[in-house]
Amino acid sequence: MAFQLKKPSPLPGFGLTLGFTIFYLSLIVLIPLSSLFIKTASLSWQEFFSTISSPRVLASYRLSFVASMIAAAINTVFGVLLAWVLVRYSFPGKKLIDGLVDLPFALPTAVAGITLTTLYAQTGWLGQWFAKVGIKTAYSELGIIIALTFISLPFVVRTVQPVLEDVQKEVEEAAASLGAGRFKTFMRVILPEMRPALLTGFALAFARALGEYGSVVFISGNMPMKTEITPLLIMTKLEQFEYSEATAIAVVMLCVSFLILLLINLINWRSQRLMVAR
Amino acid sequence: MDSQAHSPATSEPAGVRRLLIGVALVFLAVFLVLPLVAVFAKAFENGVLPYLQAIVEPDTLDAIRLTLLTAAIAVPLNVLFGLSASWAIAKFDFVGKNFLITLIDLPFSVSPVISGMVFVLLFGAQGLLGPWLIEHDIRIIFTPIGIVLATTFVTFPFVARELIPLMEAQGREEEEAAITLGAGGLRTFLKVTLPNAKWGLLYGVILCNARAMGEFGAVSVVSGHIRGLTNTMPLQIEVLYNDHKFVAAFAVASLLTLLALATLAAKSVVEWKSRRAFRFDVTPDP
Repeated sequence: MAFQLKKPSPLPGFGLTLGFTIFYLSLIVLIPLSSLFIKTASLSWQEFFSTISSPRVLASYRLSFVASMIAAAINTVFGVLLAWVLVRYSFPGKKLIDGLVDLPFALPTAVAGITLTTLYAQTGWLGQWFAKVGIKTAYSELGIIIALTFISLPFVVRTVQPVLEDVQKEVEEAAASLGAGRFKTFMRVILPEMRPALLTGFALAFARALGEYGSVVFISGNMPMKTEITPLLIMTKLEQFEYSEATAIAVVMLCVSFLILLLINLINWRSQRLMVAR
Repeated sequence: MDSQAHSPATSEPAGVRRLLIGVALVFLAVFLVLPLVAVFAKAFENGVLPYLQAIVEPDTLDAIRLTLLTAAIAVPLNVLFGLSASWAIAKFDFVGKNFLITLIDLPFSVSPVISGMVFVLLFGAQGLLGPWLIEHDIRIIFTPIGIVLATTFVTFPFVARELIPLMEAQGREEEEAAITLGAGGLRTFLKVTLPNAKWGLLYGVILCNARAMGEFGAVSVVSGHIRGLTNTMPLQIEVLYNDHKFVAAFAVASLLTLLALATLAAKSVVEWKSRRAFRFDVTPDP
């Protein structure tokens, strides 16, 4: 059989719909995104490197990376707990809580930003308690972590939940009959089952936190070298019309995001292969 | 679900269970419920009248109008695209399909700030098309057009992403039968495909709309923050907050919070409906 680009089908409209899809995709996404790479190509290597290796930029990369890591880690621990509680136990109001988990996806980031800042400011409902023991929450690194934890909260819950629903009860019964306690069963039987979903959830949460701007800009205080995350630094450079520097900083961030996307795809691809192999 | 809670071999002691539920609930109360309560508490801090006055402020009304207009353009465009992309991808086999799906997902992995920035690099005064645009006196950046473009970019994948897996799962037999029986392509789509995919479509529209109305970072880059002209509701919140008009900022925020809650409620209803529709589909008549 000759090589075909498209399998024959009795259905009409392939040319029209695919044509429109590619046209619209190019117009809205690909052409605008390519402008970033065209702009990068116009920079000299020296310009590019001196921008991304300047202390202020490096400090922002470090802060964004570390804060996103911590937020994703917090959400991984609590995400597993939440998924476990929502799948395994029944308690009043469970449906409502299950729906509420998606709130950070639905709530605009600017709303999250001003609300969290007000809550964690020195006089805020929560901030005052931290202030009493001498911990500054809003306008510090801790505030950034709180905001990033909020906006990336649903990812791990939503990736782990379906996997936990599918865990076969027989496997747990077998583990129990072989003498494993509940904790051991969880660590040795259930956790390995969840691992691909956990990694995916973690990576999604991390990627989302890395790019987040709206909620952090209010709570961080935005001090260069100290509480300035990378998206904010890009914004500052744009406002000063320093497009070349903004582009260089952004391209590095975009490449990291694409790497994470690739990683997620690899994890999914591998776990699917494992499923087939079983 | 309840049955396994009673088997000691596959469940935890009641104390552990209560502890885990307790920790989960406290975590959610602090991280999700408290902010929700705070939005409304701050918005109504000085009573109902200042709240209403803050909302009917001309600049705020303009921001609401622009947000509605932006969503009214971006959402239908992305619905049209989502329907078209899902028909091509779910109903046909062709080379490069997975690559195309990856490209459609791209805007999700781009930081909002970068999403706005690419339009500045393209259409801004120093941008690639900047000189040409100035020559022809066309302005895109710092105008509502830029805001619509940036919003369309960030909400681009929502509808397609819901529809593609759904339409793939539903297969092609029904459409093929309709065509064989002499229905035209458009009629097949309207009478067969669309009714089957309606809940997924609605779900995508709801999510797309929520993001379109709430987007901050991307819109912030292209807006220029011109009051009464290029401020959407999220941007107006920032302006009011930075002006220390906290009641007004939270009043606008409370409107967007209501939108978020409505979105969550609608999402639950749609999920429930589509699950039921699916169950009816797979249960054969007796």
